[in-house]
Amino acid sequence: MKRVIALLMENQPGALSRVVGLFSQRGYNIETLVVAPTSDPTLSRLTMSTEGDEQVVEQITKQLDKLIDVVMVSDLGSSDFVERELMLIKFKKDSFPEDSFDETNIVSNNEEIVNVQIIGTSSELDQLILDTAYSNPIEIVRSGPLGISSDKNTLSIDN
Amino acid sequence: MDNSYKSGAEALLHSLHLEGVELMFGYPGGAALHIYDAIFNQDHVEHILVRHEQGAVHAADGYARATGKPGVALVTSGPGATNAITGLATAYMDSTPIVVISGQVKSMLIGTDSFQETDMIGVSRPIVKHSFLVQKAEDIPEIVKKAFHIATTGRPGPVVIDVPKDFTDPEFKFEFNYPLEINMRSYKPAQAGDSSRIKEAVDLIEHSKRPVIYSGGGVIQDDASDELIELAKLLDFPITNTLMGLGAFPGSDPQFMGMLGMHGTYQANMAMHNADLIIAVGARFDDRITNDPKKFSLQAKKIHIDVDPASVSKIIHADVPIVGSAKECLSMLIQAIKGRDLKINHEEISAWNKQVSDWRDAHGLNHSLLELGPQNGKILPQQVVQSLYKETEGEAFITSDVGQHQMFAAQYYHFDKPRQWINSGGLGTMGFGLPSAMGVQLAYPDATVACVTGEGSIQMCIQELSTCLQYGLPIKIINLNNAALGMVRQWQDMQYGGRYSSSTYENSLPDFKALAESYGHIGIKVAKFEDLESAMKECISLKDRLVFLDVDVDPNEHVYPMLEAGNSMDYMWLGKDKKTW
Ligand SMILES: Cc1ncc(C[n+]2csc(CCOP(=O)(O)OP(=O)(O)O)c2C)c(N)n1
Ligand SMILES: [Mg+2]
Repeated sequence: MKRVIALLMENQPGALSRVVGLFSQRGYNIETLVVAPTSDPTLSRLTMSTEGDEQVVEQITKQLDKLIDVVMVSDLGSSDFVERELMLIKFKKDSFPEDSFDETNIVSNNEEIVNVQIIGTSSELDQLILDTAYSNPIEIVRSGPLGISSDKNTLSIDN
Repeated sequence: MDNSYKSGAEALLHSLHLEGVELMFGYPGGAALHIYDAIFNQDHVEHILVRHEQGAVHAADGYARATGKPGVALVTSGPGATNAITGLATAYMDSTPIVVISGQVKSMLIGTDSFQETDMIGVSRPIVKHSFLVQKAEDIPEIVKKAFHIATTGRPGPVVIDVPKDFTDPEFKFEFNYPLEINMRSYKPAQAGDSSRIKEAVDLIEHSKRPVIYSGGGVIQDDASDELIELAKLLDFPITNTLMGLGAFPGSDPQFMGMLGMHGTYQANMAMHNADLIIAVGARFDDRITNDPKKFSLQAKKIHIDVDPASVSKIIHADVPIVGSAKECLSMLIQAIKGRDLKINHEEISAWNKQVSDWRDAHGLNHSLLELGPQNGKILPQQVVQSLYKETEGEAFITSDVGQHQMFAAQYYHFDKPRQWINSGGLGTMGFGLPSAMGVQLAYPDATVACVTGEGSIQMCIQELSTCLQYGLPIKIINLNNAALGMVRQWQDMQYGGRYSSSTYENSLPDFKALAESYGHIGIKVAKFEDLESAMKECISLKDRLVFLDVDVDPNEHVYPMLEAGNSMDYMWLGKDKKTW
């Protein structure tokens, strides 16, 4: 089962490598990983998705929490949450599937190439890739999902 | 508050002093030379010069295990740092509090493949609790404070401080301020356990008929031995210790079942397998204990007390998880038990205790092997350990290496006190015994410190004999010489049809007596059983000399019991043609 885990960590050199290293060290796999500083520049927020059953995810979150640079960990899948991923696709102009996109998706457009951006859940993006495959996109870039819980809980050091 | 101006190197030394460090182990080299000069110019912290950086880290580790205080090692960059790696991994696996300071090339050279540059932070990352790369000299005091805090609290572990040479430059001085306290938002180890869980634990205790207390290294690390003993006495439940936990409960007490696991006693393994309740304290159900986890003690409920949340329910599901320090949680449990009118089923418990003692009578270890005299003209390795026990009156610090000799020491020397038994249980590092004994002997100059080793293991850090001469360390090296990598050979006997692939030395062993003598120590060779006890007496009585007692033991002896792989804990080999199934 795919799980999305979010964490806050010290925005320090070496912190990210400890998080990533933990996965290879303990034999867990990372499917996606997104990391950026938060509005508090001393902290970074990291969202990752991984495969694993309940017990594996529990171990992963505990081991992540144990890392000294990690301030907080949340298994987003343990309650309702919203997941969004950004995807950019490059098409040749002559095979661009106009019907699948509207004007707002188009981020660049010239004689040869059209680039589009799409935001959705990871499975919506998977579906879109299948739906537009016939027009032979020449490059697809995905960001990996971000997540935020649907309730009032926040991942923040202030509460 | 000391706020004079100091260089990074001076600040490092002074910070160590303020952390209470009295001695450190190390080996100099280019990137560490500013630090070495600062060592020369102060007299708070004594530096012990080892002969190999692995020895420095093991010695710091041995010091930490024996005293409970953090051990410190200092190495240079590149090869100095990589030589420290085995020591770090050893400390990591056994969760011991050490701080390793490594010199690093100048900050502007980092990443350029400069002379003696190794990415120590990267190389050590998976085997440290945490690490710091110093970014500017002024950060050194705070980093030292954090390093000691992290190494010694929660589940202890090794911490690396990597110091680029320019940040120790004597020309650059800054105002030295040592932080009195440290508050890390990302690191807050658990202390007390959850009281509702404690109550659930007491409920399980009341209903149990076949309980076992199983404790590990966490009890020793947390100085919770008194609480463990109090709990065990209060309940009168049979108790076993892991290899790392020996000494937490007195080894010579009849309530003690001996060690459990791979080479645990018959009664301890049978009790674990047949239990209906396991109270695990500071132990982590590793594979040398559980055998096949899927078949592990299926009828038992498990109460698991551990300071590391990630250790709880990692291998074996805990019915009652209690996360907190062993000392705190045991005290809470004792209070909760005393605070209620505990309804223990005394009849069932005494029947269970009787069962345990029947198991012991049937297949327990024979602790009077010395009385049997030579066996087929040979000395049994177990007899050497018994002779050592007798001669030291059970009061020595015993360090060990890895192999059959280690298991014989664990099985036959009854450790009555915590921190008395010092060995590499988690990583199983051959070469740990002698350098760790140096750390112990330096911490306790008047104590008898014996290193029970094998002719294989001792050669992995034999160079430290020279360090022992320099600092006058009167360690007793008890070499159970079976002229083979005995534990390897035992597996080859049992699983590879006796094909001894690279487990013997074909008459290439050194004359250990002469070797010890050439290092300036005393060597004694024992080849006949008749000489064993008198030689042991002489060895132990030479209080201020290092003695290398080289004893020829029966090379065909195996360690038993031995769990049969892939089964439950009641599947044991009890002898070469004797098994429990
Ligand atoms: C550094 C290291 N290399 C290899 C091993 C694997 N190993 C475990 S026990 C053993 C044999 C040890 O021989 P010796 O020290 O003579 O002890 P004995 O078993 O003969 O008592 C070996 C090679 C190890 N534990 N550590
Ligand atoms: Mg040997």
